[in-house]
Amino acid sequence: MADIQYQAPEDLAAASALLAGAGGKARILAGGTDLLVQMKFDVVEPTLLIDIKNIAETRTIAEEDGGFRVGAAVPGAELGEDAALAAAWPGVVEAAELIGSTQVQGRASLGGNLCNASPAADSVPAMIAAGAVARVIGPDGQRDVAVEDIATGPGKTSLASGEIVASIFLPKRPANSGDAYLRFIPRTEMDIAVVGVGISLSLDGDGVCTAARVGLGAVAPTALLVDAAADALIGSKLDEAAMDNLAAAVSAACSPIDDKRGTVEFRTDIAGVLARRVASIAFTRAGK
Amino acid sequence: MAKTHVTTTINGDETEFLCETEQTLLDVLRDELHMTGTKEGCGTGDCGACSVTMDGRLICSCLVLGVETHGHKIETIEGMADGDALHPLQRNFIDMAALQCGICTPGVLVAAKNLLEKNPDPSETEVRFWLAGNLCRCTGYDKIIRAVMETAAEMRGA
Amino acid sequence: MPDEVNTEFKWVGKRNPRPDGVDKVTGRAKYGADLYLPGMLVGKTLRSPHAHARIKSIDTSKAKALAGVKAVVTSADFPAIPKPPGPHGPMISDFRDNSMNMMARDKVLYDGHPVAAVAATSEKIARQALKLIEVDYEVLPHVIDPVEAMKPDAPILHDDQVTEGEDEKTAKPSNVYRIPRAQKGDVEKGFAEADLVIEREFTTKAVHQGYIEPHACVAQASDDGVELFCSTQGQYVDRGSCAKLLGLDISKIRVTSSEIGGGFGGKIPIYSEPVAIRLAQLARRPVKMVMSRDEVFRATGPTSGAHVRIKIGAKKDGTITAAEGEMTYQAGAFKGASIGAAMNCMFSPYDLENIHVWGYDVCVNRPKVAAYRAPGVPMAAFGVEGVINELADELGIDRVDLRLINAAKEGTQNVMGMKYGPIGFQEMLEKMKAHPHYNAPLGENQGRGLAAGYWLHAGGMSCASVNVSDDGTVTLIEGNPDIGGSRASMAAMVAEELGIDYNKVRPIISDTSSLGFTFLTAGSRVTFATGMACVLAARNAIKVACDRAAQMWGVSEEEVVWEDGHARPAGANVGDHEPMSLAEIAAKAPMTGGPIAGHAEINATGQGPATGAHLVDVEVDRESGHVKVLRYTVFQDVGRAISPDYVEGQLQGGAVQGIGWALNEEYIYDDKGRLENPGFLDYRVPVASDVPMIDVCMIEVPNPNHPYGVRGVGETPIVPPQAAVANAVENAVGLRFRDLPVSPPKIRKAIKDAGG
Repeated sequence: MADIQYQAPEDLAAASALLAGAGGKARILAGGTDLLVQMKFDVVEPTLLIDIKNIAETRTIAEEDGGFRVGAAVPGAELGEDAALAAAWPGVVEAAELIGSTQVQGRASLGGNLCNASPAADSVPAMIAAGAVARVIGPDGQRDVAVEDIATGPGKTSLASGEIVASIFLPKRPANSGDAYLRFIPRTEMDIAVVGVGISLSLDGDGVCTAARVGLGAVAPTALLVDAAADALIGSKLDEAAMDNLAAAVSAACSPIDDKRGTVEFRTDIAGVLARRVASIAFTRAGK
Repeated sequence: MAKTHVTTTINGDETEFLCETEQTLLDVLRDELHMTGTKEGCGTGDCGACSVTMDGRLICSCLVLGVETHGHKIETIEGMADGDALHPLQRNFIDMAALQCGICTPGVLVAAKNLLEKNPDPSETEVRFWLAGNLCRCTGYDKIIRAVMETAAEMRGA
Repeated sequence: MPDEVNTEFKWVGKRNPRPDGVDKVTGRAKYGADLYLPGMLVGKTLRSPHAHARIKSIDTSKAKALAGVKAVVTSADFPAIPKPPGPHGPMISDFRDNSMNMMARDKVLYDGHPVAAVAATSEKIARQALKLIEVDYEVLPHVIDPVEAMKPDAPILHDDQVTEGEDEKTAKPSNVYRIPRAQKGDVEKGFAEADLVIEREFTTKAVHQGYIEPHACVAQASDDGVELFCSTQGQYVDRGSCAKLLGLDISKIRVTSSEIGGGFGGKIPIYSEPVAIRLAQLARRPVKMVMSRDEVFRATGPTSGAHVRIKIGAKKDGTITAAEGEMTYQAGAFKGASIGAAMNCMFSPYDLENIHVWGYDVCVNRPKVAAYRAPGVPMAAFGVEGVINELADELGIDRVDLRLINAAKEGTQNVMGMKYGPIGFQEMLEKMKAHPHYNAPLGENQGRGLAAGYWLHAGGMSCASVNVSDDGTVTLIEGNPDIGGSRASMAAMVAEELGIDYNKVRPIISDTSSLGFTFLTAGSRVTFATGMACVLAARNAIKVACDRAAQMWGVSEEEVVWEDGHARPAGANVGDHEPMSLAEIAAKAPMTGGPIAGHAEINATGQGPATGAHLVDVEVDRESGHVKVLRYTVFQDVGRAISPDYVEGQLQGGAVQGIGWALNEEYIYDDKGRLENPGFLDYRVPVASDVPMIDVCMIEVPNPNHPYGVRGVGETPIVPPQAAVANAVENAVGLRFRDLPVSPPKIRKAIKDAGG
């Protein structure tokens, strides 16, 4: 067993160079709440850990163009403490705050939740719904990538060698918009989502839905953006028929597996149930 | 051997240690510093027995590497009492029988203290959700929740 | 909060702060993993990845050659223990099984079964060494479910096991170790007299005790002897097991029990302890072995998953005429499912004429089951109480009334022939009916459930010493690891006897060399049996103190009495002597014959059984199947609560463990027989936000066979919750649930199938 090296660079370029130079044997360390567990069970056996928490960009929340840029390593607890962010994107913040316990909240980050690429990651469906964009820094500079395009399968991402997610941008959105996230778990806390649904929507002056995005977690190899579900809401006042269409579209988008956390039937069923509830909360928030 | 030299502050004392990268803060506290008040129940962040604070933030010490604590301030159960004077939470946990076997107790106390620092007047629901990451298999939580609520009231001077 | 029932005592029945409290809230208390010795090595276990396989070979040479590795052991390093002659008593103690469970010999029998162990200078090197051990396995077909394991073509775990009673030479090997049976009256006649007979099948999943402290020990060894420090429910029983498994004299081993971070029965068996000793013997250095959480789940005692068939007949007026129960229990890899206790307890809250119970003790490719709080009973009671609730509904009789009609009382004889002394079951049911919870209004999708339970309790051997210091303070030495506050109860009873301040009694848990044999911290026996030994030891110390006073006063022993903490003349005619306190007598001990002490060595009998009944409200989310527990009240006959705080704690903790068992906890295996959820993430014990406050209503019907009326309280509270919670869900959604856990997918499916 080789010794594991630890580096904590102070800028992204240095971090990217270290990552690129390690030939796939390095891991980015943000909150570490997934990585340390994977290392404990030899799921990953890195030779280099690159701690990005000493890099200012990954640790700050800043307003930008009317939206928010959230550093990839900002712990969940800090998101909830940022009143402006919590008011602007309550669904994203509540999703992030559902990750693990209070203790895990002290470490776990949006960037880590995204790059760990678990299909059941709580914050990802909410970020997808929010139209969040990840800023990726790599050897060839930076690029902005829609969050739904980061994960490509369980534990797999589209990031190229040396690329790091530095921050997540949550865009400005029109007045009368709201978002929400709910997940189903057997207990009240501490479980991995059996199904997670995030919805963001905007209303016109008459309360008609003019735009919507629906993110769906734990029902496919990656979290999904479900256009058909959004279409079910757009143009409606979220009446019963629209809700039925939403639930049907969400359930139709599910291609889950039977596992220790839930069955195909249960997940497909619950996805529709949650979608209605989430849409209703987002609708209420948008109307306020 | 490629151990890293780390300087932290633990319970107010500047503390230096050498550790390997994969050693968690929990490993360092217990195996290197022999501060065994912080317990290991799972090693995966699911039980809260290893709760400590880092720069005032509640964390599981099993989910933080020793090397990550360089320059940071750690508080553990050993720093909770002021000499012989127990913290009101500690006193109430004894007086209200909020422990049976006691293995989860250090973690619960550290977590509860952190809660009361942030929210001096928590509701029962807030206490329960704050402590949801601190498993207790003996008490059914009843007396723990009561002791935390009682302490909060006491510390508010109610 | 319950009423303070006892007023006649100064310390007994009071809320005294526990003597070990400060150490436990400051982190000073030393648990199993908290000992660090100079030169100590780290021990780690290599475990089978297969559910069932033959070990063709094990090559440890590469591991032994690794720098920093100081010892490697396999089964070859332990004495082979011959098969003991059968039949076994109700408590099976087969050291050959124990040895093979500690370290697999020819076959591995479950995912997690130890095959080798190493001791190295660091955790990292030990882990690396495990990877260098080469085990050649021939994977065999496996079986997980006990019903499958009973089929004729099932894979056989033990080629030399035939069902008890069959001829070992001619019978085919079987996974069924034995089929115990008990009867009372004539069930056929009873069923014929019934107006309504209900027969149902129930299943429960294997669940784990879930103590938060993993198994941990530190061993040191030399030719002089062995020192073992470990987290255990019984240091004396551990010592005996280690001696047997290692071929050592019992007296050569000293076991010191650490503080214990939960056990619930799961820290009765030995696992790594003999391995750590063997490694320490070979390495000539101390060895610490601490299990990881996944090792705890994969390889230590869950309780049996079960299939239970219950048949009960009753007359229209509610009188139960006959009751029958058939249990099929997983024993795990080695025989020993707790069927005997289940048979003993399942129908025992009731006064029934005709009972027939039997069960199958079935080996399957899972870890060997260990006791879990009222071992074996909750699964059977889940069926019994479920059928009784259904009977009540079918007969149109209130669920409590039906139980009252059939309630056990003083003089009732249970299926094992045990005749009850005073027992508080009827009084408890009356209290439940009168409790505000019983008739509180319920909202939409809410339901109320109830169930009863019974535990037989244990007595057994205990020792205690009361040593009076020259300042009159007392060291109380007893031999039961304190798992939930028992020191407080022992100190209270001794202070009460001696008439001194509770805080002047310092209770200490002895190591195995400092006090005589004391049986396990288990079976709700400690406050009963060891409590009795402590009381007797105190009384013997009082005799000595009175004798010394008599000497000083120049009177005979009979002329001195002990009252209110003082030796006093027994009457006016004895003379005018100033009463002497324990401190005054102790101060003069060197001049009157030496130290003042009292000892007791007993085999306690006369334990009183305890009955309980639980009332629970839930709300069901019909669209998701999620269950929220809204309100919970525990009623129990506690005999006498020596430490009411800790008795309440037992009732509350047992109830919440039962809620977890009912709703979400289960062992999940994949098709290869590997445990899929060996962690607290997916083995879902209740968290603080899952449960409400647990209200407690204690009924005190003292056990006449104990000086303070102690009955024991720890096990009964885990018996009713499974049926009570399921009954509440039934009540909320109008459907029956007979398979545990009553998890959201099952509830959702049932509602959907019913058109909801």
